[in-house]
Amino acid sequence: MADRNVIIIGSGPAGLTAALYTARANLKPLLVEGLEAGGQLMLTTMVDNWPGFRDGILGPDLMTEMRAQAERFGAEVMQGDVTRVDLQSRPFTLSFANGKSVTTESLIIATGASARWLEIGSDRKLSGHGVSTCATCDGYFFRGRPIAVVGGGDSAMEEAIYLTRFASKVTVVHRRDTLRASKIMQDKAFANPKIEFIWDSEVSDVLDGGKGEVTGVVVRNLKTLHETTVPLDGVFIAIGHTPNTSLFVGQVNLDENGYIRTHAGSKTNIAGVFAAGDVQDHIYRQAITAAGSGCMAAIDAERYLEGLSHHLPPEAALQTTT
Amino acid sequence: MASEKVKTFTDNNFDDETSKGVVLVDFWAEWCGPCRRLAPTVDALASEFDGRATVAKLNVDENPNVPGRFAVRGIPTLLLFKEGQLAETIVGLRAKEDIAQMIERHLGA
Repeated sequence: MADRNVIIIGSGPAGLTAALYTARANLKPLLVEGLEAGGQLMLTTMVDNWPGFRDGILGPDLMTEMRAQAERFGAEVMQGDVTRVDLQSRPFTLSFANGKSVTTESLIIATGASARWLEIGSDRKLSGHGVSTCATCDGYFFRGRPIAVVGGGDSAMEEAIYLTRFASKVTVVHRRDTLRASKIMQDKAFANPKIEFIWDSEVSDVLDGGKGEVTGVVVRNLKTLHETTVPLDGVFIAIGHTPNTSLFVGQVNLDENGYIRTHAGSKTNIAGVFAAGDVQDHIYRQAITAAGSGCMAAIDAERYLEGLSHHLPPEAALQTTT
Repeated sequence: MASEKVKTFTDNNFDDETSKGVVLVDFWAEWCGPCRRLAPTVDALASEFDGRATVAKLNVDENPNVPGRFAVRGIPTLLLFKEGQLAETIVGLRAKEDIAQMIERHLGA
């Protein structure tokens, strides 16, 4: 018999909503949160598109509320670094960095996605010394200084606009000649006198690795291949996200971009394993859609457990097993 | 609230406080979500290394000079000093075990 009815990995909107619903279904869920606890909303400021908050709510506050709500109904949250999962035998086994492991009848994967880097070497090397993927964390260090934002989507425009509070000038470097961002974000960005655009271009190098801090970027025009050096003090990268699925390679079907493939709601190719949120969604990627899919995964897991003859009665579910 | 074992460094006392032994400094600010996530880890490390290494926090809002000197332009950042010399830099979140191992490495050598 398994230690647990259901384990949820991930503590963003998808994971916490799955925890809320499975807790209310009396399944005594265990939610495992990793280093990036709370997910991407922890890196945002005001969230204006979460229904029910007409004046908006701060991302970290929203996550604190969601977590408290799930815990109120008995969801157990543990901090831990899952290093290995075995989904080929039943019950499923999760192993942790501290050497302990736990078994479960069902699993909800809600590990989300993390910011993508340029992967040119110099960007990672200067991380924390002028290169950042989090405007709300690091914008403060660039008061009165020129910076660049790389990317052309909604999050790139949001970061660029936010960073104009601090920076003397924000140069947006984008690979194409039009933005992918929504009309409302484009209008805001174009209207901002501190924001300039370099089109059809990519950042091919971040300077100056030898000095240990950002002094400029090399920008390559993709049409002419002409390279120019732009002196500036900071680079914010907003070129999208990669799903956090390295744990599941070879265990669960992934698509060509590494996202978990789901069907009929939140089901993966393994019965009893469900996925919710950005780890399986590269299209909508909203807090509200993540929460919605977390709810779906919880209901799917509940139905799956009902179909098992031997699933744990709620009172038999263990408390902490790790 | 930060554990009482965690010292508070400022622009004024930084050089004195980091001059001896192994010292881990957490650069943070109130408005930084990930810093809040790291805070319990820093508290736990302070207790774990009590008497062997110093664990401290430096608020970058109130103390702009030290972050400038070490080119800290992102938080959370952890700097480890050994006998007054910068020995290690960790940018962003890291598991407590990893940070503890890093401190041990410098205590042992």
